[in-house]
Amino acid sequence: MAGSGKAHLRDRGTTTIRVEDLVVEFPAGRGRKVHAVSGISIDLAEGETLGLVGESGCGKSTTAKAMIQLPPPTAGSVEFNGVDLTRLSGEELRQIRTDLQIIFQDPISSLNPRRKIGDVVAEPLRVWGPHDGQEQERRVDAMLEAVGIDPEVARGKHAHEFSGGQCQRISIARALVLEPQVIICDEPVSALDVSVQAQILNLLEDLKEAYQLTLVFIAHDLAVVKNISDRVAVMYLGKMCEVSEANDLYERPAHPYTRLLVESSPVPDPNIEIDDTHEVSSELPSPIDPPSGCRFRTRCELATELCERVEPLMRKVGEDHYVACHFPLLPVIEDDDPATIRPQAQDLEPGDGGESQTKEGNPT
Amino acid sequence: MTTAETPSAGLRLHSDDDSLLVVEDLKTHFELPAGMVKAVDGVSFTLARGRTLGVVGESGSGKTVLARTIMNLNLGGNVHTSGSALFEGRELIGLKPKQMQDVWGLEVAMVFQDPMTSLNPVVKVGRQVTEHIRKHLGVSKTEAQETAIQLLRSVRIPEAEARFNNFPHELSGGMRQRVSIAIALACGPKLLMADEPTTALDVTVQHQILNLLSQQRKERNMAMVLVTHDLGVVAGRTDEIAVMYAGRIVEKAPTKVLFGDVRHPYTEALLRSIPKTSQRNHTRLAAIAGRPPDLINPPKGCKFSPRCPYAQPKCREEEPPLQEAWGGDHQFSCWFPVGSDENKDAWERNLAAGLAQTVAVATGSVMDETLSATHSADELAQHHADLDLHISGTTADDPIIDDPNTHDGADG
Repeated sequence: MAGSGKAHLRDRGTTTIRVEDLVVEFPAGRGRKVHAVSGISIDLAEGETLGLVGESGCGKSTTAKAMIQLPPPTAGSVEFNGVDLTRLSGEELRQIRTDLQIIFQDPISSLNPRRKIGDVVAEPLRVWGPHDGQEQERRVDAMLEAVGIDPEVARGKHAHEFSGGQCQRISIARALVLEPQVIICDEPVSALDVSVQAQILNLLEDLKEAYQLTLVFIAHDLAVVKNISDRVAVMYLGKMCEVSEANDLYERPAHPYTRLLVESSPVPDPNIEIDDTHEVSSELPSPIDPPSGCRFRTRCELATELCERVEPLMRKVGEDHYVACHFPLLPVIEDDDPATIRPQAQDLEPGDGGESQTKEGNPT
Repeated sequence: MTTAETPSAGLRLHSDDDSLLVVEDLKTHFELPAGMVKAVDGVSFTLARGRTLGVVGESGSGKTVLARTIMNLNLGGNVHTSGSALFEGRELIGLKPKQMQDVWGLEVAMVFQDPMTSLNPVVKVGRQVTEHIRKHLGVSKTEAQETAIQLLRSVRIPEAEARFNNFPHELSGGMRQRVSIAIALACGPKLLMADEPTTALDVTVQHQILNLLSQQRKERNMAMVLVTHDLGVVAGRTDEIAVMYAGRIVEKAPTKVLFGDVRHPYTEALLRSIPKTSQRNHTRLAAIAGRPPDLINPPKGCKFSPRCPYAQPKCREEEPPLQEAWGGDHQFSCWFPVGSDENKDAWERNLAAGLAQTVAVATGSVMDETLSATHSADELAQHHADLDLHISGTTADDPIIDDPNTHDGADG
């Protein structure tokens, strides 16, 4: 979208995390501000994996980190099980953060090189208990085993004695040892080789099942995000473009930006002809001075004067599929009554899509 | 067609007229305190004029060192290079940097992975482009400037005149990579070595840069070696692909043949392990067990054997040579190539013996990199039905490369 709106948010009772109107700004000197995240609303149901995709600089990591108040957002609210994290005091936040853990991109630098693996994984338990040493050791061993690391071998070693994939497994063990509800995975496989990447993705799927985790998964690789996510949110320059059930998003992208991303991502199939004459996009505009209206308009083929003036709001285009665009590639479903929602765009009777259906959807 | 068998690898050599680069048994070893790292260990291939070769492999497979060896960029007393790389009949291996100055840029140019570190941060981009032109083509400053601006335009840099006076840090990553491509193209090389040119870039920018490279290649009838870890990048953009593992080419074939009729278990595993947008979400990935080999003490026999689901005693003893498949241009080094009856037998034997890496592929269990599967006995029993399915899919005339249409029943 490059727009705002909350049409895609679900009922409060069903969600574990509910982010509303999240704004994160960083000072850029001389009174200027980097608008890293500008009014994002998103929610996560329990046991769901939300994928966040977008180009570098679109604010996906900032959004995920702001969810666990790292740093607290400039404005907006983050509700976790009904508690607004932005209003908590330091100590209250510290208590609640045991349920919110994070895995970082670079597995080697996220582990302390001077500490033994057994200590690194046991650290959260030393802070939060149980304080019984034997019980701690038992839990650490169980957790290392769950991520596929032999605790007997690993406990006394240091991070540099392990490969990137193994370090990422250890980071996952550390994040899981307090049995959190939510894990933020910030590009956890981007630094890994393809063969190891598949191991880690499979592991995350298994652990999610075993520990009933809710995951926020950030990656720039669209295929990776699709593989692991139930729901995917596409971000552009601090705004939300499209939120959808994962399969539907890739089959029928409704936002021109999503379509651009899907078309640009390389497919390992030599029989797919690559159109190398079509030059679409220019550069990402500066987040210090983002474009007015729809932020994607400077790169969008469909942009009109309306996009310059008015910021698009989230509108429904399918079952759990929402887009913030004035001219979406799928017809907008105006009526929110589930009975009238049809899965196929072409099934819609004329008029069903409402007056605002300005462009005929063309699911490809 | 005339074919000449070389004793080492049985490679098909093209006739001398159309071959631009002939690499023969190239080896690059680095002497380290821990031992000799065999980064490139006997690579042979031929690249014809105007063709694109994709070199694919994981980190540590030797693909970058191969490119740098051909460019003679491995400097230092601990580098041991042997073998030959003939460029238009001229031996490149062993040339001194001074002699390479007639080759670099003029004959063979290179684009590196990270445009921020390959450009000089304290020199304006314009001068970095013209430096090259003035030195090699001996033109005046104004002429060089005009040529440079034209080059910047041809690589689609908007407002080329203004950009001419920018420093690299004032440009975005994609723009910087366009500048380094402009520098590489400045003197009209016949061969472009592109070492992971888009790895540091976003997908949309990657798409543009790859388009730019293929347009320029066509316009200039330039040959290209595209080094990457991403099979998606090479799929649509190369004529031929060489898959490297532990310093050697394990499989080489025209792109469509490689994807359609994969023979080496490593290539097969690589193709299966990458998630694809054509698959449904939560599709179980076929991860490759274990981790890339130690290049100082590589495993005996076939270097992929410790991770290979089809590995047999022979594989652990004897290294298979690069042999020609019946299809012609297709070469692979495997005793039990995918799609053969021997391969099917090997799979069933390993499965019956409960070999960890075979069971892991069959059950999709999560493997530790040290090859101890973390599956339980129950899971094994549960997946037994899948095993039978898997075996029946692995017949000789049925290449088991992932086909989204057959694997994703839920897709329709």
